Amino acid sequence: MATTKLDLKGMSCPMPIMKMAAAVKKGTSGDVFEAVCDDAGFEPDVLAWCKETGNKLDNLTKSGKDITVVITKK
Amino acid sequence: MSADAVQEKIKELEERLAKVEGNRSNMTMVLFSGDFDKAMAAFIIANGALAMGKEVTIFVTFWGLDVLKKPTMTGAGKNVLEKMVTMMRPKGPSKLPTSKMNFAGIGPKLFHYMMGKKNVTSLQNLVDTAVEFGVRIVACQMSMDVMGIRKEDLMDGIEFGGVAAFLGSAFDSNTTLFI
Repeated sequence: MATTKLDLKGMSCPMPIMKMAAAVKKGTSGDVFEAVCDDAGFEPDVLAWCKETGNKLDNLTKSGKDITVVITKK
Repeated sequence: MSADAVQEKIKELEERLAKVEGNRSNMTMVLFSGDFDKAMAAFIIANGALAMGKEVTIFVTFWGLDVLKKPTMTGAGKNVLEKMVTMMRPKGPSKLPTSKMNFAGIGPKLFHYMMGKKNVTSLQNLVDTAVEFGVRIVACQMSMDVMGIRKEDLMDGIEFGGVAAFLGSAFDSNTTLFI
């Protein structure tokens, strides 16, 4: 399975979620995406996005302003 | 209730459920306002909904049409009143006033600067992205006729329609907004 890294740092709403959705859309089921973002709104956005789209949030870690998420495509 | 009747009822409910779930993917907005800040909200929501896998329709009417105007739009060939309206209204995302703190046009410059500092993407970019990734934009033909706006005055990649075009889409949506 391919793991795609996404650097979403420096972006503001709605770009991080848009970029992530676009990247995940291109992948196939089971692909893993690791995205890092420093927008404070990213965490609730990712949670809502995963819940709505059915993609699986495997991990969410925070370090300073950076929020890193690991997602598996549905 | 007989076993057959129960089966029949289950089948009917399943069909209705499929219909309801099928409609979940849609979102329809009316963009009535031509204010920069309100148009920002509309297009951020549209792009967000798109990212969440929804089908999005924006019905653009009255002042909202200012958002779709090409900066090159002119009053050539229009009557006096149409020329006046063409001259007096802003043309395109970068020329719109803000609904609050407009300060005769200084306000939008201030907000563009502040948004740029925070890496907020421009309204023009949000509009272009929305169209590129399949947000359906329907310009209100009646408002266009009233204000002398021609199809070629508005951006490419959009549709034109009336109230039924909006309602048809709204009835199939589970989220509708008027902005």
